Amino acid sequence: MIEVDNLTKRYAGHTAIDGLTFNVRPGEIVGFLGPNGAGKSTTMRILSCFMAATSGSAKVAGHDIFTQADEVRRRIGYMPENNPLHTDMRVREYLKFRARLKGLSRARSRERVDVVTEQCSLQDVASKVIGTLSKGYRQRVGLADSLVHEPDLIILDEPTIGLDPHQIRSVRQLIKSLAGKHTVLISTHIIPEVEMTCSRALIIRSGRILASDTLDNLRKSVNEDSQVVAEIAATEADLKQCWEQLPEIEYFDIAPAEGEFLRCSLTGRAGADLRQVVFDTVHSKGWKLRELTRNRHSLEDIFVRITRTDKEEEGF
Amino acid sequence: MQTFVTLVRRELGAFFISLTGYAVMAGVLFLLGLSMTLMLKSLNATPVAVPIIELFYETAFFWLIVLLAAPVITMRSFALERASGTYETLMTTPVSDLEVVLAKFTGNLIFFLITWLPLLAYPLIMKRYTSQPDAVAAGPLSTTFLGIFLLGCLFMSMGIFASSITRNQILAAMNAFAMGLCLFFLSFVSKMVPLGDGLASKLAAHISMFDHMGDFVRGVIDTRHVTFYVTLTVMFLYLTLKVVESRRWK
Repeated sequence: MIEVDNLTKRYAGHTAIDGLTFNVRPGEIVGFLGPNGAGKSTTMRILSCFMAATSGSAKVAGHDIFTQADEVRRRIGYMPENNPLHTDMRVREYLKFRARLKGLSRARSRERVDVVTEQCSLQDVASKVIGTLSKGYRQRVGLADSLVHEPDLIILDEPTIGLDPHQIRSVRQLIKSLAGKHTVLISTHIIPEVEMTCSRALIIRSGRILASDTLDNLRKSVNEDSQVVAEIAATEADLKQCWEQLPEIEYFDIAPAEGEFLRCSLTGRAGADLRQVVFDTVHSKGWKLRELTRNRHSLEDIFVRITRTDKEEEGF
Repeated sequence: MQTFVTLVRRELGAFFISLTGYAVMAGVLFLLGLSMTLMLKSLNATPVAVPIIELFYETAFFWLIVLLAAPVITMRSFALERASGTYETLMTTPVSDLEVVLAKFTGNLIFFLITWLPLLAYPLIMKRYTSQPDAVAAGPLSTTFLGIFLLGCLFMSMGIFASSITRNQILAAMNAFAMGLCLFFLSFVSKMVPLGDGLASKLAAHISMFDHMGDFVRGVIDTRHVTFYVTLTVMFLYLTLKVVESRRWK
């Protein structure tokens, strides 16, 4: 659906995106993840034919975004950052205006406006002026607008920013419901959002793609040095001696916990799952075990690890 | 065509749901009424043998309306869209840049002409109460409106250009006003330099909007005047188009 090849955008003095290359298959929901200023919005603006790239090429549904911009625009539903709307118009009026602008016939636009109004639960506010709506409703109006012409590709730039948890949930559900029928590209710096809605994440920093994979694979890639936490009732000396003898353990840390227990954080060598080893050891020694957990890296860790700049790494 | 009509309707509709639109209409109506009153007063004092509409033009409120109302009408066209971000949603729909520029121009021009409509009422009122059959002639009246239309084209295109280069509406209005004022003051040049056959004085006569409008209110259609307005309008629309296109320059 999207084929981006070596896309570069330079502004006077700095490079916003630098040789971006990625693909999105039809029907995928892809999360475009990156810290602020990473080039997410720039990429989306270029893909939606709002501005031109300095070099490189990109195709949407087989059409070049520079030479066949009109064809591309017809197939894209784009919601920019902060979701700008004509605040002086009524919801229904606005959606009709947008549908007509996107080339739908009068009858077809009436039909589609009804459909998206229902899809985005806007029936109650259909005749209200957009300026008087709450942020959650406005966001849904923006989504309805991007859906109204049944685009193949939907590009949403930070669709849940500034919403309360309930609204975020309903917007996410809406996005999820689009899977299969539409291809969706969402940019965000809110990580759980990607975990909940997307099948694949593209991680970008300073205009470069750092990782592009399914969430499970991304997890695996940083899970190698998995950590296990165990709370055991034993003396510190015993524990120390025991862990030092185990070949699977790379390094460990022992800290006092409540009562007679000590909290051991154990890091295993590449790929080893320490839970079994720890349990067997404890069992054979006859110690009491209160907790045994493996720290799974959340996407947040992955994100921080991947996007951390070298400078920050040194200071760690 | 569909998108063009949709955009014009939106542009025009925006004037009628915003306070600015009504404020401009009220302001123009006030100034038109004022010149009507002044004209009647002067007619009462000294009768003159020229068509009403020409007298009306000579009260000089005419220029005040053109100079003040035009920037206020056009200031929002591009600047507001840029400031609110709707420019981005607009330009990512399958509309061409030319369509957008022409639609904004047409919408603003129609509104400008609507604000002048009350002017039509005054000659009709005069006709009802005057014993002079040719005080209100259809000829000069229609050429006056042609003049207003052409002036409207020029000032609207100028204002839209001013609006396209900024995201601040006040700045857009001030730029448009400054450009209008320049043209207005250039019109004085032909009155000040001694008339001769030199190139300078010929040029001064050509760019004098007073002379143009003076001809129109007398019922004269001079193609040179028409060309002047049409070329300037096209030039400003072209510049606006380039500004709009510039976002996609590499």
